[in-house]
Amino acid sequence: MEQVFKRPHALVDVSEHYCPGCGHGIVHRLVAEVLDELDIEGKTIGVAPVGCAVFAYNYFECDMQEAAHGRAPAVATGIKRVHPDKVVFTYQGDGDLAAIGTAETVHAAARGENITVIFINNAIYGMTGGQMAPTSLMGQVTQTTPYGRTEQNQGFPIHVCEMLSTLDGVALAQRTTINSVKAIKETKAAIKKAFQNQIDKKGFSIVEVVSTCPTNWGKTPVEAMKWLEENMLPVYPLGVYKDKE
Amino acid sequence: MSEKVLMKGNEALAEAAIQAGCKHFFGYPITPQTEVAAYMAKQMPKRDGTFLQAESEVAAINMVYGAAGAGARVMTSSSSPGISLKQEGISYIAGADLPCVIVNIVRGGPGLGGIQPAQSDYFQATKGGGHGDYHLVVFAPSSVQELVNLTKEAFDVADIYRMPVMIMGDGMLGQMMEPVEFGAYTPREIPEKTWATTGTEMKRKHNVVNSLYITASDLEELILERQKRYDVIEEKEARFEAYKTEDAEIIVTAYGITARIAQTAVNKAREQGIKVGMIRPITLWPFPKKAFAELDTNKVKNVLCVEMSMGQMVEDVRLSLDCKIPVDFFGRTGGVVPTPDEVLTKIKALYEGR
Repeated sequence: MEQVFKRPHALVDVSEHYCPGCGHGIVHRLVAEVLDELDIEGKTIGVAPVGCAVFAYNYFECDMQEAAHGRAPAVATGIKRVHPDKVVFTYQGDGDLAAIGTAETVHAAARGENITVIFINNAIYGMTGGQMAPTSLMGQVTQTTPYGRTEQNQGFPIHVCEMLSTLDGVALAQRTTINSVKAIKETKAAIKKAFQNQIDKKGFSIVEVVSTCPTNWGKTPVEAMKWLEENMLPVYPLGVYKDKE
Repeated sequence: MSEKVLMKGNEALAEAAIQAGCKHFFGYPITPQTEVAAYMAKQMPKRDGTFLQAESEVAAINMVYGAAGAGARVMTSSSSPGISLKQEGISYIAGADLPCVIVNIVRGGPGLGGIQPAQSDYFQATKGGGHGDYHLVVFAPSSVQELVNLTKEAFDVADIYRMPVMIMGDGMLGQMMEPVEFGAYTPREIPEKTWATTGTEMKRKHNVVNSLYITASDLEELILERQKRYDVIEEKEARFEAYKTEDAEIIVTAYGITARIAQTAVNKAREQGIKVGMIRPITLWPFPKKAFAELDTNKVKNVLCVEMSMGQMVEDVRLSLDCKIPVDFFGRTGGVVPTPDEVLTKIKALYEGR
């Protein structure tokens, strides 16, 4: 009998710690499928963030390093400069990439550092229990914006793909989501392209995946997906913001 | 290259690092260590290495983390305010058991401080600096030649014990020119880096470079294992130089460039018939406790610690002596360098007060 569906080899066979309805599990699988399909698991070194995906080093079969909060692009730079012919990726959330690690993100992109960045934007800090993220929406209630995010107090969300697309070093800046089978397939195609770009030495590639956090949004998984569609996608339009040929 | 060449401390240090097999340097400009980066920028591309100017000291030390975790010999250098910024990364490097070399060409502090030579980062270098239970091996060279020799050895020590090693100089050592020889060093035996993230090539289980241990007992176990390594280092690697100590009634102690000044004062005092000698710690951690603990209390009446700070190493001197001999302190700080005559005056006062 032919096996038509199985765990990707690059995904470790353990139970992940993610909450029901969280997008990390889906995106982990997509990254692992891409490592399998490009046959690069053995030459890939991943960098895990601080945040909900902190244990990503336990979930990928490739070599992994765990970075300090926000420093993954700097750590990845160090690895890539030592092993220019290996494949190096970071996997980061919104607090990690767009708050504490903004400088490392922008400058790795500006240098055209030949790495792949997988960026999960769920508009909240998950691991610490639901605080405002740099990508939290206007009016969004979080533990640290109990009266909602306001223009006067916290200012405006950061649009990472739009911002990075202005930099010459960026080869790919694409925003996708995971709210349907079609969207998941598009996300996988974008992730595959972001890795292929690195193999082709095109420079810095980032895929921003608009994702869910049912636990800290205070919603069921189904409600969370609906909230993503109604609230996040209008603020974070999907699309290719930069694609350097 | 065995003939003597005249070189600035910062440049000699950079050359020694390259000769020791350092292929990767990540830095950020700050006075008075900028020549290290300038030398690396010029030499690395010609010698199969990487020089990268990072966007900050924070990024630079995290690039060091990545490169060290990937198995390379890697170095960063900075000066006091920049070293403060690197402390996060240094703690993670220590927590992930990664070897690397960190250079601090110390200047006056706190805050932006000044750009003149100082030794006021002793506590930061030897007592932690970053968060958590950890140590750096700290070398304190007192000449450009010793700076070269210790830089080469620093890479070996880092690899042998899988830990960060700091070269602690000061603005004077970094900026002054002295004749140096590069040929003298015999490498130590280095274990293979089987833990490095080089890609599995599908031939082994994945390697993980990490400092996170969410189960308290796991973290404690790891720290205790690391402490055993630290104990070996304290036993084997503590180093000092003794100068005219055999018949000494007064012992002056100083490290780095201050030891050169103190030595001149010791020589002047000897000319005046004062029985004075010097102990110069070469490693600040591990501190050469035995050099002090084994002093003959019947003979040595006073110990004088001289530093370019308000008195930081003096605490380790007192702990090593365990109150058996009175310890006095003389220091200038903020970038002011003590003169041999100032030290001599202190020696004479102690001699007369015996």
